[in-house]
Amino acid sequence: MRLASVVTLAGAALLLASCATPPRDYRPDALALMKRDFHAKGIAGMDRLNEDAVQAACNKYQDEPPQGFAEKLQNEQLAAIKWPADGKLLGDWKAGEKIAQNGRGMSWADKGGVGGSCYNCHQVGPRESSFGTIGPSLYQFAKKRGYGADIQRYAYGKIYNAKAYSLCSQMPRMGHVGALTEQQMKDLTALLMDPASPVNQ
Amino acid sequence: MRHALVLGLAAAVAAAPWLQASAQAPDPTAAEFDKFREVLEQDNPAELFEAKGEELWRARRGPKNASLEQCDLGLGAGVVKGAYARMPRYFADAGRVMDAEARIVHCMMTLQGFSYAELAKQPFSNASRTPDPVSLITYVAAQSRGMKVAAPQDHPKERDAYETGKAIFFYRAGAFDFSCASCHGADDKRIRTQPLPNFTKPAKAIAAVQGWPGYRMTGGVMHSLQWRMNDCFRQQRFPEPAYASETLSALLTYLTVNANGHVYRGPGIKR
Repeated sequence: MRLASVVTLAGAALLLASCATPPRDYRPDALALMKRDFHAKGIAGMDRLNEDAVQAACNKYQDEPPQGFAEKLQNEQLAAIKWPADGKLLGDWKAGEKIAQNGRGMSWADKGGVGGSCYNCHQVGPRESSFGTIGPSLYQFAKKRGYGADIQRYAYGKIYNAKAYSLCSQMPRMGHVGALTEQQMKDLTALLMDPASPVNQ
Repeated sequence: MRHALVLGLAAAVAAAPWLQASAQAPDPTAAEFDKFREVLEQDNPAELFEAKGEELWRARRGPKNASLEQCDLGLGAGVVKGAYARMPRYFADAGRVMDAEARIVHCMMTLQGFSYAELAKQPFSNASRTPDPVSLITYVAAQSRGMKVAAPQDHPKERDAYETGKAIFFYRAGAFDFSCASCHGADDKRIRTQPLPNFTKPAKAIAAVQGWPGYRMTGGVMHSLQWRMNDCFRQQRFPEPAYASETLSALLTYLTVNANGHVYRGPGIKR
């Protein structure tokens, strides 16, 4: 009886302790350690360790931020997209294919010249069998979705800033961070949207 | 044997059609490579570096003209057998958790008198040079061949290292918003044709440990996990982590503890 109540008490104390102390957030420790242990190299500066608002929200909530909060941030990203001044979203799909194939750029070993890295994660054109699977297949992108102005705008916007459409998408924000130029993004949009592009055959 | 396995799998898939949707089509490139690796592993070039590492371990070197035979890899001074499979671990004399290569660097500094700057200047192999710590880590790793991975989580600092490493693994930042988990956080994904193991799941995390240190056929050089971590951060578009730093030990603690219980096959071959 006595032993039992001691055990119960100890159990209650443990339970209380585990309720009172939320699991420790190790992210500040991790960031402090990285800031101490990393150094700038080439074009990859130490500023890259800092989270922007989107990265911070996705890191904090393990890629599932509360809906209202996510929506607000997503809308801010959407509003920051710079649409081409000439209103034209389609460039040259042949140039787009080259950009899609090129996986270089933005690392400490790169100087300038950034590719789209599209094939790293997506199936794109039918002739390239070496494609990644982190992102969905883009083969027959417009053939399946239609060739209209709204889909064109979605394709360009998604390439410019994937986070404007899905806040914690794994896809880099190619226009938002200045990795790709307006012309490169137009060429990639053409690769996805041009009826003559191999993607839509 | 291999045929039987493939046939068995095919039969299982035929009998259970719901498997077909999730099972990925076998990648012919990967299959060819696996065959090639099996043949090569019977006569693994890593053994050359293992032998070189053993020689270096016993040789009196450095400003203090000492060997590494008194180096404590966590199981007592001079005990090499099984030490690699039980690292990263906390070392009181250094006041931090260290992965195996960080510990070797520590011993080269304290016992032999080498400077960190000297060892960290060009720490990775290239066509003309294999740094001594790379040969040494290959020797040390080989002494855990066939043993179960058992990175300890007894000391509070080891548990902190695991949690810190996990936070580093999931930390998205940089020009492309990448974290380690961007590539290694889901099952059955690949970059181009390169399969990406999911390191967050115990069943798959052994892929982070297995085959390292490894003789890499691209370039024909011996590489350790320090190189692997470094090159991943390059591809993550991050700045560069310091060689043998606590950040990398923490990350390796997360990866290795997730792989605990699996048998380590020793230095291997990498694509």
